[in-house]
Amino acid sequence: MNTKAYALYKKDLYSELRTRYAINALVMFIIVAISVILFSIGNEKISQNLTSGLFWVVIFFSAMSGLARAFVSEEERGTSLTLHLIAAPSTIFSGKLLFNLILVFCMNIIIAILYAALFDSFVINNFALFVVSFILGNIGIAASSTIIAAIISKAGAKGTLYPVLSFPILLPLILTVVQLTLLSNQGANFGDAKFELAIVFCYDVIMLTGSYLLFDFVWKD
Amino acid sequence: MFWKISLFIILAFVSIAGIAFPIVPVPHTWYEFPLIPGLKENAKIIFFHVPTAWLSSIAFLMSTLYSIKYLRKKNLDDDAKSYAAAQLGIIFCILATITGAVWAKFAWGSYWSWDPRQTSIFALLLIYGAWFALRSSIESEEKRATLSAVYSIIAFLTVPFFVFIMPRIMIGLHPGAESIEGGKVVQTASPVVNFKMNGNMLAIFFLSLIGFTILYFWMWTIGYKSILIKEKINKQSIQE
Amino acid sequence: MSNFSIKAVDLSKYFGRRLIFKNLNFEFENCGIMGISGANGSGKSTLVKIIAGIISPSSGKIIHSNGESEIIYEKLHNYIGFVSPYLVLYEEFSAWENLEYFAEIRDVKFNREKIEYLLNKLLLFDRKGDMVKTYSSGMKQRLKFIFALMHSPMFVILDEPTSNLDSAGKDAVFQIIEEESKSSIVIIASNEESDLKLCSKEIKLEDFKNSK
Repeated sequence: MNTKAYALYKKDLYSELRTRYAINALVMFIIVAISVILFSIGNEKISQNLTSGLFWVVIFFSAMSGLARAFVSEEERGTSLTLHLIAAPSTIFSGKLLFNLILVFCMNIIIAILYAALFDSFVINNFALFVVSFILGNIGIAASSTIIAAIISKAGAKGTLYPVLSFPILLPLILTVVQLTLLSNQGANFGDAKFELAIVFCYDVIMLTGSYLLFDFVWKD
Repeated sequence: MFWKISLFIILAFVSIAGIAFPIVPVPHTWYEFPLIPGLKENAKIIFFHVPTAWLSSIAFLMSTLYSIKYLRKKNLDDDAKSYAAAQLGIIFCILATITGAVWAKFAWGSYWSWDPRQTSIFALLLIYGAWFALRSSIESEEKRATLSAVYSIIAFLTVPFFVFIMPRIMIGLHPGAESIEGGKVVQTASPVVNFKMNGNMLAIFFLSLIGFTILYFWMWTIGYKSILIKEKINKQSIQE
Repeated sequence: MSNFSIKAVDLSKYFGRRLIFKNLNFEFENCGIMGISGANGSGKSTLVKIIAGIISPSSGKIIHSNGESEIIYEKLHNYIGFVSPYLVLYEEFSAWENLEYFAEIRDVKFNREKIEYLLNKLLLFDRKGDMVKTYSSGMKQRLKFIFALMHSPMFVILDEPTSNLDSAGKDAVFQIIEEESKSSIVIIASNEESDLKLCSKEIKLEDFKNSK
């Protein structure tokens, strides 16, 4: 089961490297989004509250521009029938989730590095807390956006629908991780943040199990 | 017929009582409401605002329950029921948002201030909006039913998070709102913390709640039956 | 040799509220070729997709079994080979890469001899390293047969197997169908006389249409 999901992930990875369906646009999107924010700030000194919020705004919209790929590319090229014939739904969901997880992590690490380099007020005082909340937040984004990608791949108007459907689902997660990022910027310790960390952890677990169970219905026509 | 007349009487009474009964510092007779410090005449919105907010959540819950039922049985009638519930839900949700915002202008000084419950109802509006956007973009009936059912279940999974995190992140302004600080429940600095209704106010409040709930179920029954009839007519016109 | 069987019990399918077919029953055992015929739009493709487990019937069920035991849905895909005009392989990979990935995702042994034999038989061996997007539609159709047969499935489901093929391709395909039918169940959905001539049993979808 795990080797099959990994094989599917490998197929997607090589397909992505060959077609550049998502990567190029995604990288450009990150650069554009960050520079728009930099231009609009100008020489103003902005508060930590705002920087940690904007950080997750960039991540949210980058995720929305790239993560739908996993299912939309299969559906658009008509290869989802082929996938149906070679793998069970659980394998497909695990493989696609793995691909999205890796993509989210690569993308967000780039965003975090650029962000830390370009924004003066983005100073992380509790690095361990930042890393933990960053990892948990990424898992949550990957889990929710994978199942929403599966839903919209079967619908029309895919591109515009994706952020519309994802935002209400990701809203509790984003509100909490913004709070966590702010706490880590202020140098709070783990004790202060345990409530938020627990919320994000629960969100990840609930979304992973929920989407895993519901994927069968989305996938099978 | 009998219950329709009684529903009319209940709602007529609630409307008259809710608007016309005077608010006095010390109530003497059954038709006088007590004065709540900080709310004054504004308190009367409770008879109309709270039922709409309540019904928008009930409609969301029913829509999700029929979605689950649809996924289990694959009967398109359940999808029609879920759709009818959501249609009413979005209407009540908009009503609750507007009545709340108008009230907030007078009670808090601004139409919108991201109070936890305002944020939650905003999220609910977004979910309803996304749900209808999803439905309108899918042609095939079965696929539309399945995908929207899955989406409403996923959206429903996020509800507990709104309940838990909102009070923590934002300051509660709602009358009777409490905020969780480090796990302890404390009263917030909202203008009205001591929100107490007396007997007759409570009676009218619950009467209003019951009346609106019956009204909702009546509208819902008409709603899904009309969807089923419309589908039947469509099918006949295709066959002929 | 094999002890596989496929059985449909009161199979019905509606799209929305439109009837496709109703109360379809059949049983097919061991090996041989079964045909499904019907006019365009009569639901042949729908029926073969249901048989392949890609879509579910509105009511009734389809049972694939191995001897006495039923094959569960999670495992079914490795017992099925499927060819149809609307099947699309990954165009950015070569034929050989496609087949390698499929074997890996299915978690079955990459049967090199069988694949090379089929590539030769279907006149694709020299082009196996080329991207699928450079293939003509007839070549793609032939590659789909290798995709369907590489893991030696017990149920081979062919939806319009000879579409887009030239006469040499058709002959090769007919030979392969004959060979496969000795060891597995082959189901052909088609309107072509030449395809249906091979079948020992035929289901006419027109017989399952009456809505009363």
